[in-house]
Amino acid sequence: MDLIESYRDELKIIRKPWTQVWAGLFILSLILLPWIAPSYVTYITIIIFIYTIGVQGQNLLIGYTGQISFGQAAFLAIGGFTFGHLARLGVPWYLSLIAAGLMAGIFGLVVGIPSLRLKGPYLAIATLGFGVAVYQIFVNSETLSGGRMGMIITKLSPLFGLPAVIFHYYFHFLIVFVFTILTYNIVSSYMGRAFIAIRDNDIAAEVIGVNLTRYKLLSFAISSFYTGVQGGLYGLFMGYLEPNMFTFMEAITLFVAVIIGGLASVEGSIMGAAFVILVPQVFSAYKEMVPVVYGVTIFIILIFEPLGLYGRWMKMRLYVQNWPFR
Amino acid sequence: MLQIAQYTISGLASGSIYALVALGLVLIYRSSRILNFAHGDLTTAGAYCAFTLMGMHMNFGGAFFLALLFGSLLAMGFYFVVLVPAQRREATQLSQIILTLGLGLILQGLISYFGGMEPQYFPFPLSDELVYNFGGIVISQLSLGTFIVGLLASVFFYLIVQKTRIGLAMRATSENLPAAQTMGIPTRRILALSWGLAALLGVIAGLFLAPALLLDPFFMLEPFLKGFAAAILGGLNSLPGAIVGGLILGVAESLAGGFISVAFKNTLAFLIIIVVLLVRPEGLLGKEFIERV
Repeated sequence: MDLIESYRDELKIIRKPWTQVWAGLFILSLILLPWIAPSYVTYITIIIFIYTIGVQGQNLLIGYTGQISFGQAAFLAIGGFTFGHLARLGVPWYLSLIAAGLMAGIFGLVVGIPSLRLKGPYLAIATLGFGVAVYQIFVNSETLSGGRMGMIITKLSPLFGLPAVIFHYYFHFLIVFVFTILTYNIVSSYMGRAFIAIRDNDIAAEVIGVNLTRYKLLSFAISSFYTGVQGGLYGLFMGYLEPNMFTFMEAITLFVAVIIGGLASVEGSIMGAAFVILVPQVFSAYKEMVPVVYGVTIFIILIFEPLGLYGRWMKMRLYVQNWPFR
Repeated sequence: MLQIAQYTISGLASGSIYALVALGLVLIYRSSRILNFAHGDLTTAGAYCAFTLMGMHMNFGGAFFLALLFGSLLAMGFYFVVLVPAQRREATQLSQIILTLGLGLILQGLISYFGGMEPQYFPFPLSDELVYNFGGIVISQLSLGTFIVGLLASVFFYLIVQKTRIGLAMRATSENLPAAQTMGIPTRRILALSWGLAALLGVIAGLFLAPALLLDPFFMLEPFLKGFAAAILGGLNSLPGAIVGGLILGVAESLAGGFISVAFKNTLAFLIIIVVLLVRPEGLLGKEFIERV
């Protein structure tokens, strides 16, 4: 790739001027989208935004730190219901949202503790057990899940006289923007490099002075914070919550998004989130076939393109840049 | 006292199912270090195969046999068509696990598409309502049959692994792959056989579970997760551990359901997973897993 001469260059999110132009155009088109596209498209984009947060968190854990987790639905549920209960008590949405993230983060710390001793498949099972156990606790406890009919959450009322869909679009756009910038910063900071070192070889990471305990736990906590925020936002946007929104399948969806989008890449997380939301829309006539599409895509990606959609995108870009040479 | 005995007996019946599921998981984990997340779906596919065949007026024995064959062929096909190419491209252990997850998703989708989402009644020669009474302890014909079949399948499996040349080759392959290859063991075929055998055990469990639960595309999810718990409890790389773990889990669950609460019964398995992994990750009978730097 290109030569980086100073630490300040290294910290830049976008290094080349042309890339800056493209990224700017992309963001501009996202800003203009709700005014041009039909409201259905805007609605889908909002859901993609919400998922992007959780997928980024999951990617920090799986892609960057190399710790596998199948319990992400539990953090979604914890975040969502924390948000719901606080919102019912009349706490303003921003405080509830932060509390949702923090609560999920605390539980993430608790789940992270086994990760200090367990590796690979064992960790996968431990988190899977946690995910299913939390789901069942929410199903069985009506005080936690807000009764048989689910929990109703008052939606945000649009400000500035904007139509509801457009207001929600910008609201979620801003939050996702903040989280994306945050992810870029985490990844390029000491913390992100510590995560990557743990992923590549945890013993070597410890030898060069990365505090394994702290950074593994931190990775779990941050990723569950993201997921908790996603759960809260989802509840706020949908206006209701019920335990059946957080099944094992939901954890798998987040997981698939990370794998398909591309491990260890923020752009990949966004693509992956878009993928898992758009596929069910495209295949809405054949709802049962959605898992088949996921599965086949997993096969293709893991066998032929381990870097995911982002890897494919990079290769295409490289091909165009170097054309006619290869 | 009688109550405890009653719960223990009914626990042993469901425990033998968990043991069969756990055996399949452990077999694959031991031989290729892969957690098979598609195990439940392979089982469901086998059960649906039997269901479809019986719908075409085949007798139960034939359908049972063909379902076992179908499940094993499916697993072997997955091994040869997906896992082997992935291994040739140096897929990591983690990505192989994710591949099984992909297989699970595909099977799940196909089953829901072709089999329909509605729960269906699964015809079975053993009845759930006919009960036998042994000195106050009641056991249904189905539970008794399940327990006996679980026991027979475990013994049959034990004999294969411990007493035959193929079993010896399987043990060698799981012990040390390069050494087994050097000794002239066709490891790829042996591993495929392990996959087939694991799926076979799973399908047996599924066929005996289907009449007790109703047949729907997700009916194996919970037993599969509990099989996982049983495998963890017994030790992921120990075959006898899987059986012991399955039976213990079944009994513990039944006792918890009887004496604490029914809601707690389902959560117990997952608590067991977490506690065992925290306290003794290698399980009851597993060997400690040591990594050299």
